Amino acid sequence: MHIYLPIAEMSVNMFTLLAMGAAVGFISGMFGVGGGFLMTPLLIFLGIPPAIAVATQTAQITASSVTGALGYWRRKALDFKLGGVLVAGGFVGTLLGVWFFNVMSRLGQLEFIIVISYVTLFGIIGSLMLAESLKAIWATRRGVVPRSRRSGEHPWYLGLPWKMRFHRSQLYGSVIPIVTLAMLIGFAGAVLGIGGGFILVPALIYLFRIPAAVVVGTSLFQILFTMMAATLLHAITNQSVDVVLAMLLIIGGVMGAQFGARAGQNLKGESFRLLLAILVLGVGIRFAIDIVVEPQDPFSLVTVGARP
Amino acid sequence: MTAMRLPQMASSWLLVGAAAALAGLLASLAPAAAETLILSLSTHRVAITSTYTGSSIVVFGAIERDERTVARAAPYDIVITVRGPRRTTIVREKEKVGPLWLNTSQRRFVDLPTYLAVLSSRPIGEIAGGPFLTRYRLGLAMQITAPGMEQIVSEEPFRDALLRLKKEQRLFAEDPRGVTFLTPTIFRAPITLPAVAPTGNYDVEVALFVDGAQLARQTTNFEVVKTGFEQATVTLAHDHAILYGLGVVIMAVVFGWLATVIFRRD
Repeated sequence: MHIYLPIAEMSVNMFTLLAMGAAVGFISGMFGVGGGFLMTPLLIFLGIPPAIAVATQTAQITASSVTGALGYWRRKALDFKLGGVLVAGGFVGTLLGVWFFNVMSRLGQLEFIIVISYVTLFGIIGSLMLAESLKAIWATRRGVVPRSRRSGEHPWYLGLPWKMRFHRSQLYGSVIPIVTLAMLIGFAGAVLGIGGGFILVPALIYLFRIPAAVVVGTSLFQILFTMMAATLLHAITNQSVDVVLAMLLIIGGVMGAQFGARAGQNLKGESFRLLLAILVLGVGIRFAIDIVVEPQDPFSLVTVGARP
Repeated sequence: MTAMRLPQMASSWLLVGAAAALAGLLASLAPAAAETLILSLSTHRVAITSTYTGSSIVVFGAIERDERTVARAAPYDIVITVRGPRRTTIVREKEKVGPLWLNTSQRRFVDLPTYLAVLSSRPIGEIAGGPFLTRYRLGLAMQITAPGMEQIVSEEPFRDALLRLKKEQRLFAEDPRGVTFLTPTIFRAPITLPAVAPTGNYDVEVALFVDGAQLARQTTNFEVVKTGFEQATVTLAHDHAILYGLGVVIMAVVFGWLATVIFRRD
């Protein structure tokens, strides 16, 4: 059954979108990530204009992170203080991201920026994640006990000024690197239509040594608020949020996430990270193919001009 | 003025009769004013609803002749040109730059109809010869070429790509058998609109030919509009963007919260 998307001005198969939402929801539930990094590319490959795919996807991530964050909050696995600092940085990043998005859109370079960003960001993050998880799997196989955190050992960036203490996260250090990280995630999120959980979670674990127990809940808290801001800013500044598309993705995603969460419980930590790394790298490679392999058709069309 | 002339004309019936005979003679010599086209569209308003997947509009037409119209040796030919709302379309070409394929050159087609359909009763080339195609601007290729630009070779790959890609999107269509004659003077032609055809005004131009000469030309139009929920959504999104944005955010939060209520496992 086809349904007309009023903002995208196109007709799409409703069940295709629901199924896509469910499939991505399943994966996001399994890995505890928002799934934006899979959904936005899928929407673009489906033929939805990139600007609409990105802007609308921010609404879907809002919904999925509400579900996630509420769950962690009930289990008290959420550091509100750290979350608040992350949100503050995230807001600034989102604001800059939406501004950058609109400028690139006006210059007609948005599509190119999105593709290039996916290739580089996902290529780098995916490779890092893959290397790390393979190392971890290798280490467990050989029976090496992973090095645990020693007290008194601090990376240099935590020694910067404006130190704060985060009890729940067992962290004492400068807020500058934390805010910077949140800003970058917020920026990337607004431009690429991703929540950024798959970057934020490992960054908080490896760069700030935050306990795994609070890290996912706290990252979901940050994603929720930055994505709410991104949805609102996209809706106000470029009118690219399609409410019908958002609703379909949310419904599909909510269903899928429930089953995904169950499937994820049986997954071991290392294989879990390996699978996620392969997914992220896969998305990056898929975009790389688009610009490296000779296109079937070197020509493409863009229609510009105000909508009536 | 007419009132003043009437008595004069009444006093010279003989002259009028002679003039009528002369007019009949002239009509057979200059056939351009002999036939008139009467057009009717199956609808003047295509409404986009939530299940819209494109639409079809039928053009009905009659060729009106009166008793003075001369008999034609050749059959009538009809060419229908449908033009959608005009926007600027950019055609970009990718080229290999180092290891990457990037958009390097582009051509802008300013104020190009977003939708174009040329329907005819026979292939256009058979209806009118080369110079007439240019003169009457018949056929798809003529619609996308500005007068005087036909000979510029560097534009050609972009024009070809534009035609090809637009045809793939079904936004450009050319059907040399799209006009069907029901009787020698009554015809019908279906115009198909894909779901991506933009909203706005569409002009339908119908031209009548005999033996390569244009006898009559008539235009009508229809509009494609969003209605109900679709229109309300667009209006809200554009005119009350803050409200719309807040609405979407609230919807997302409520759906997310509902999921935790419905699927609560603890």
